[in-house]
Amino acid sequence: MENLKYRFDGGTPTRGVTAIVGVLGSGNLEVLVEPVALGGACEIEVSTAARGFGSIWQAVMKDFFARHRVGDIRVSVNDAGATPAIVSLRLDQAIETYIAQGKSKT
Amino acid sequence: MTHSYYESSARARIAGLLEPDSFHEWLPAAERLTSPHLATLEQPAAFDDGVIIGRGSIAAKQIFIAAQEGGFMGGAVGEVHGAKLVGVLERAVRDRPAAVLLLLETGGVRLQEANAGLIAVSEVMRAILAARAAGVTVIVAIGGQYGCFGGMGIAARCASTIIMSEEGRLGLSGPEVIETARGVEEYDARDRAMVWRTVGGKHRYLLAECDVIVADSMDEFRHAIVAGIDNGDDWSLAALEREHQLLAERVQRFGACKDGRDIWRELGWADPEAIAMPDNDEFVAAAHGHRAKNI
Repeated sequence: MENLKYRFDGGTPTRGVTAIVGVLGSGNLEVLVEPVALGGACEIEVSTAARGFGSIWQAVMKDFFARHRVGDIRVSVNDAGATPAIVSLRLDQAIETYIAQGKSKT
Repeated sequence: MTHSYYESSARARIAGLLEPDSFHEWLPAAERLTSPHLATLEQPAAFDDGVIIGRGSIAAKQIFIAAQEGGFMGGAVGEVHGAKLVGVLERAVRDRPAAVLLLLETGGVRLQEANAGLIAVSEVMRAILAARAAGVTVIVAIGGQYGCFGGMGIAARCASTIIMSEEGRLGLSGPEVIETARGVEEYDARDRAMVWRTVGGKHRYLLAECDVIVADSMDEFRHAIVAGIDNGDDWSLAALEREHQLLAERVQRFGACKDGRDIWRELGWADPEAIAMPDNDEFVAAAHGHRAKNI
């Protein structure tokens, strides 16, 4: 198992409601998105069953932040060997769910 | 949005069965109540330990609900997972909801957690019986990919009512386990048709081990659950004695059978080969008078 941490500064504070998507099953992952005051930053924590893929995770997360530029958000990932494409889709789904749930509550 | 129960995740099942926005989760993912055992084994642990619990409403009735996620370690019961199931049932004794609904999808004990998992499953069984003894109806639904096996197969049979789909499977040792322990000549786990003749929903319905069989749709499961709540629970000595009599007759009547087909023939099905073919409504109509219950 490997634990990885990333932080991206300069995002737009994004309101929403805590959301979880995906399942921690083989080739899949679960993503938890929570609102946290981080001065506009987006923090990402990854716990993955596969070791030695840090540089790929770094690239996937950099792309994710470039796509959404969300701030004041903590993203927590539990991974069971998902491919980068699956990870990207789940991250997009998680952010969309987080924002949509925030809108339906107001 | 899928309407298949079989293909839905545990969270999608809760969303699909309960009234919109009525679900309130206890110990949600953000609380990170994860398995301490998996961390020591260097395995990622799901935020909810593979089971989602809470309260909600269905047909305007307040119920408690627990849904196991088969995708995480085959829905296996670890220490935290089991404690969440027990917590829902114990809370039901205190708060008296209209029913506790258990959406089971599990291979049984989580082997990584060994004794803690075994104890957890036995506590679930005791909690189901304690809830029923206190007058709370406990309804089990089985219709997921992983079926309901191991100690949780016994736990399911402790409930007031079991609802299954044809795709659902219920048993003690799972097909692969039997094959490993007894050999492929005894049980070929890759023979899907034979597996379904042994543990599948239609067979369990004919043996009267499940009370209701439904087609694989969220609406069908919901209707059966509502009917199950309305029917309530028969927690009487007479019901227990009927069950014992049924089991005794079963050994006598089917003890020599080698296959589900032999049992179906004994139950009066002229063409046991045809049982797999009809859709659910036709099957239920044809099964009238040809279930182990009607002896």
